[in-house]
Order: sequence, then C-alpha cells, then structure tokens
Amino acid sequence: MNNILFTNARLIDPEAGTDERGALLVEGGRIVAQGHEIGVPEHVEVVDCGGKCLAPGIVDIGVKVGEPGERHKESYKSAGQAAAAGGVTTIVTRPDTNPAIDTPEALEFVTRRAQADTPVNVLPMAALTKGRQGREMTEIGFLLDAGAVAFTDCDHVVANTKVFSRALTYARSLGALVIAHPQEPGLSEGAAATSGKFAALYGLPAVSPMAERMGLDRDIALLEMTGAKYHADQITTARALPALERAKRNGLDITAGTSIHHLTLNELDVSGYRTFFKVKPPLRSEDDRQAVIEAVRTGLIDTISSMHTPQDEESKRLPFEEAASGAVALETLLPAALRLYHAGQLDLPTLFRAMALNPARRLGLEAGRLSAGAPADLVLFDPDVPFVLDRFTLRSKSQNTPFDGQRMQGRVLATYVAGQAVYRRD
Amino acid sequence: MSFAHRHLLGIEQLSPADITAILDLAETYVDLNRQSAKHSDVLSGLTQINMFFENSTRTQASFELAGKRLGADVMNMSMQASSIKKGETLIDTAMTLNAMHPDLLVVRHPHSGAVDLLAQKVNCAVLNAGDGRHEHPTQALLDALTIRRAKGRLHRLNIAICGDIAHSRVARSNLILLGKMENRIRLIGPPTLVPSQFAEFGAEVYDDMREGLKDVDVVMMLRLQKERMDGGFIPSEREYYHRYGLDREKLGLAKADAIIMHPGPMNRGVEIDGTLADDINRSVIQEQVEMGVAVRMAAMELLARNLRGAA
Repeated sequence: MNNILFTNARLIDPEAGTDERGALLVEGGRIVAQGHEIGVPEHVEVVDCGGKCLAPGIVDIGVKVGEPGERHKESYKSAGQAAAAGGVTTIVTRPDTNPAIDTPEALEFVTRRAQADTPVNVLPMAALTKGRQGREMTEIGFLLDAGAVAFTDCDHVVANTKVFSRALTYARSLGALVIAHPQEPGLSEGAAATSGKFAALYGLPAVSPMAERMGLDRDIALLEMTGAKYHADQITTARALPALERAKRNGLDITAGTSIHHLTLNELDVSGYRTFFKVKPPLRSEDDRQAVIEAVRTGLIDTISSMHTPQDEESKRLPFEEAASGAVALETLLPAALRLYHAGQLDLPTLFRAMALNPARRLGLEAGRLSAGAPADLVLFDPDVPFVLDRFTLRSKSQNTPFDGQRMQGRVLATYVAGQAVYRRD
Repeated sequence: MSFAHRHLLGIEQLSPADITAILDLAETYVDLNRQSAKHSDVLSGLTQINMFFENSTRTQASFELAGKRLGADVMNMSMQASSIKKGETLIDTAMTLNAMHPDLLVVRHPHSGAVDLLAQKVNCAVLNAGDGRHEHPTQALLDALTIRRAKGRLHRLNIAICGDIAHSRVARSNLILLGKMENRIRLIGPPTLVPSQFAEFGAEVYDDMREGLKDVDVVMMLRLQKERMDGGFIPSEREYYHRYGLDREKLGLAKADAIIMHPGPMNRGVEIDGTLADDINRSVIQEQVEMGVAVRMAAMELLARNLRGAA
C-alpha cells in the first residue's frame, strides 16, 4: 500500500467545518493523521500540494451508467474515468437502466462490471418496485444482501400510495434507505418546463413548481405512517422547503438532495430551446435557485448530486418537447459547485459537507471525511484556475453538458481512492 | 428598405420597423391580387418547399398561392405521411431536403421550437408556418394588416384576444406583435385556458368576457380545439358558448365600430355566433384570408431579396 504525506495543503474538512493550511498522512489506504505540521515518516511519498485544496472525495448519489442496455451512452469504464477526473471517488449508481436493476442477479451483473472497469468506488442502488412500474416491491432483502445501498424508482413516482406505503414499511424493517422523486405525477405529466413567463413565451408544456411540494407532502405523510428511512432525490423549489423543514423538526428520518444544475442554472438558460438544458425536474426560476442555495447553506438540504444522465446526440437533437432529459455532470460537478464558492454564497467546507460528508453519512459510509480512520478517498484541486469548457474533452461517452462553452473556475489536480492516485492532471 | 433577417421564425425577432416594412410591401400585393393578371416574377427561379408536419389546408394553400403568384417553383410535402413514419428524425429530414437546394422552406410542426431547430441546419430561408404553441408569425402579420386597413392605424388600439390563449400560437404571436406596436391588449377566457402568467407580458387578463370587451376596437376570437371541450379545460361546449362565445349582446359592449376577427377555421355556435361571423359590417374574417396571401408574398419577397443579395 502506498503511504503518502500531503504537505502544504489547504485542508477542506467538512466535519470540522474548517478550511486551513495543514498536512495529511495516509497509510494503508486510510487517513492516519491530520495536522498543521506532520514530520516525514520513513517509506512515505511526499506530495507537496503547493497550497491547493485537499478535500474528501465526492460521494455522488444518483449517477446513471448505461449498463445494462445503453452502453453506447455510458459504460462503467467511461463513467469511472469521468468520475476520477471530476474528483468523484464514490459513484452511487441508479437502477433506471434497461432492464432496471430490480433483481439480485441484475445487481450482481453491474457490480461485476463496475469492479472490472472502474477506478473509483461504485455502490449500486436497486429499484424499489419491479421494473420501476410502481406495482410490486422488489426483493429488498436479497438486494440488500447483494450490496444495494438504497432503493429507488428514480424519476418514476410510485403513484399508488398503498404500494408505496407497503414498500416503505417493508424497507423500514430492514433498515433500507428509500430514495424518491418528490413530484405529483398528474401535474408533471408531459411537462418540459416550469410554468411561468418563460414557458408561456416559449409555448412549452409546463408544470407548476407546486407539484414538487405536493409530492413531498405526500411522501412526508407516508413517512409519518411508516417510519421509513427516506431521502428526496432533488428538492428544487422554494415552496417545498418549509415542508422539508417541518418534517425534519418533527423527527422523521428524512434527508434531501438537490442537483448541481438546479443550483447553478435557471429556466432562462433554456433560451432558444437548448435541449442540453432539459433536465428533470425542469430548471426553475431564479428565486427558487436562490432559495435552494440558501437551504444547502443552512443544511436543510443535505446533499448535492450531479444527477449524471448521459444522453447521446440523437436523443437530444430533437424538438425540445421530444428530446430526452438529463445532463452529464461527473466532470463538471466540482467546477460548477465552485461557482457558488466564487459567488460568495457557499464556502468550501459547506460544499464538501453536501457533496461528500452528508451523502456518505446517509449511506453509512466512512468516507467523506478527513479525520483519522477514514478511507483515503481524496481530491486535490485548484479552486481558482479559469478555463472554458469544451464538451468534447469530457471523458463520458455522452457529452450532453449544459456548460459547453461556458467559463468555469476550478480544476481537479489529482484524485485518490484508498490512497491510490486514480487521476492526475498533466 | 432593408430586412435584416435570414428567416422568419417569429415575431419576437422583428422590430416595429421590420413589421411596418412587411405590411407596407404587402399592401402592394393586395392591389396586385385584386387584378386579373396576378403574376409577378420576383421569386422566379427559386424553389419553395412547404413542409407540413401537421395538417393544414388554409395556411398551406395560402403559402402555395403566394409562392406561385411570385413565380417560385412550389412543392408541397405532407410530412405526416412520409419519412416521419419511417423513423427519420426532423434534422435528417431537413438535411435531406437541404441537399435538394430549396431557397424557401415553409414549415409547420406540432412542437414548439421545432422550426427554430430546423432553421439551424439548413442553408435556405425558413418561414415558420406555426410551431406547437409557440409562434405563427405570418398569421399575426396578416391580422396586423387587416387591423391597419380597417382602423387606419396599428397603434393605440384596445384589442381583445378571446378564447384558448394557452394552447394558441396565434395568440402568442399576436400578443407580441400588437404589444410591439404599442396597443393595449386584453386576454379573455376561462382561467384554465388563460393562465395568469400572461399578465406578465403586459396584457390585461379577464375571465369575464363582458367586462373584457368594454370599449375595445378589435375583437379577435380564437378557435377552440375539439379535444379541449370534453371537460378537461371547460365543462361543455354549451357552457363555453354561453360565457365566452361572441354574440350580438356581448359585442354590444365593445365600441360601436369594433371589428371581429377569427383566424379560422371557425366553430360556429361554439366560439362565435354564425350570423355575426358573416356580418359584413363587423366581421373582417374574409379579409384576413385575403391579407394572408399578400403578407406571405411580402415576407417571401423580403427573404428572397436577401438570398439573391447573398448569392
């Protein structure tokens, strides 16, 4: 095992909430010491960080890899390379593949594929209901044994409350985490934009932001009934926040995430029907975006995800309503998040609390921290270096990023998984 | 007179001067179209393809006639029947047609933004003949010409647009055009069909038609699509006619010389009283059809000038 002493680093410690100069010692794939000065032990590689930031590697809940079914859009190999280049050391994969990951056998297939080809940690999620159809629950027990870290039907809402409440009840008995997409499907069906002046001007079918709050309110009521362990995949509107706040205050086992796109883009970015900006739920108003940033700052929203969704050119080169939703973001997650840092809205410990510490905690992982004993999953980055994103330089097989041609600031210099460098910028 | 646009995709991109330029040129074609010899050769040698991904008799006929009167070689393609069924994408269809070197492409498509997308991929001039719920620029231009001729001006008028605003590209283009020309616009209809967001465009929104029609100069009725009548957006056809159908009594609240417009095809007895639609003292519906050909001739001539200038 590689032993490394990182010196002269700007340590971003989300657990302590600190951003300070220091050194970090890694032995046997784990962090063994953190401090202002650490003497150089024998048989250790010294990495002089040159004052750049060293933070826990990102734990990204909700990454779509195209295996099985759509390997031409993204394979475990390409997703792993993209993650490593983006400072993401753990990808938590979505089961919305074709077919869905809804049996232990399918889960074993993706685990095997991931181990063979991926330099970063891969933790699979499984579907909550068979075929993500919202009718019958999957074999939650077997799937847990096979390594599923959470259960989700992704953007399919389990509309039948009886089915959902039983699945939640059953999951609770096993201590399984259920991740849901809070949305009222009757309102959001067919929508391509958020209702408002923009959607009206562009003549796009739209959904009221209220649909998110209605979905969340329903799920919260079911949590009160069942006591399950629940995570909302993406909270993107101001109106959903008071309900989330109340549910947390009432002691329900609830956490919530949001996506990097909803934190950094708004509905006006779609101008000219640019389909790379079509995501699900659709981009919101600027007021919503600001409210969600503030909720990340206060910790009301726990996690930030890339919601990495590779789509090939053919699925995006269509009229807006017909085009597929989703954007790739493994490599742009950190630079995009740094926009919030440079705008003075979120400091680096807060960002890494949401991108590393909280997602790891929610999944019961030791990662996401810089303290002794934690796995040495680390990202070394320069938060200031400017660049213009060229989507064709991305390592994903699909390059559907909304940030193409945009000015970004901040780049990953190196990524380590269990003390091994999995990416180094030349 | 310069018209600095390669395509006519929407009213949104046009300045008031552009709008006036099209209408002024269209006036000359109104005169031409009333003569027995209607032919001109400003488009001779040019090829115009009408690509309709959605059924249309009136608009397609109007564009076809406009092109033929200007001497273009006109081809109609009904896209519903052809390659779409075979799985070809919109962009591939566009590239295929582009390879045939058309000069003017007239496109109607059921999805908002589809015509913009297509225009990015071809070398010729594209005219939007209606995209989803987004825009229908030549309809707004022909409505503007009709209003200008009937009222003697196209500014400082009170104009009511009534009916299914939410799903209407005609309403959207008219709202933008009439706003740019500094008119006061009222949108009238049930709140299920006139979402409150439209107030943000500077229009006044009314759900009481009687109140909304007070002292207006122009009453523009919209067609109510059959599929919206079945209880989804409004309770029934007869309740709609009672509350939002234009009849003599409601028209009595408008100015005495208010004109009635309708983009067609009409549902007599649903959104408008049949005899009112035929009243030559109030209704300008037939004139709208006439202006349609003239406005399309003008728009195509202006785009063709740029094509020839670029060649």
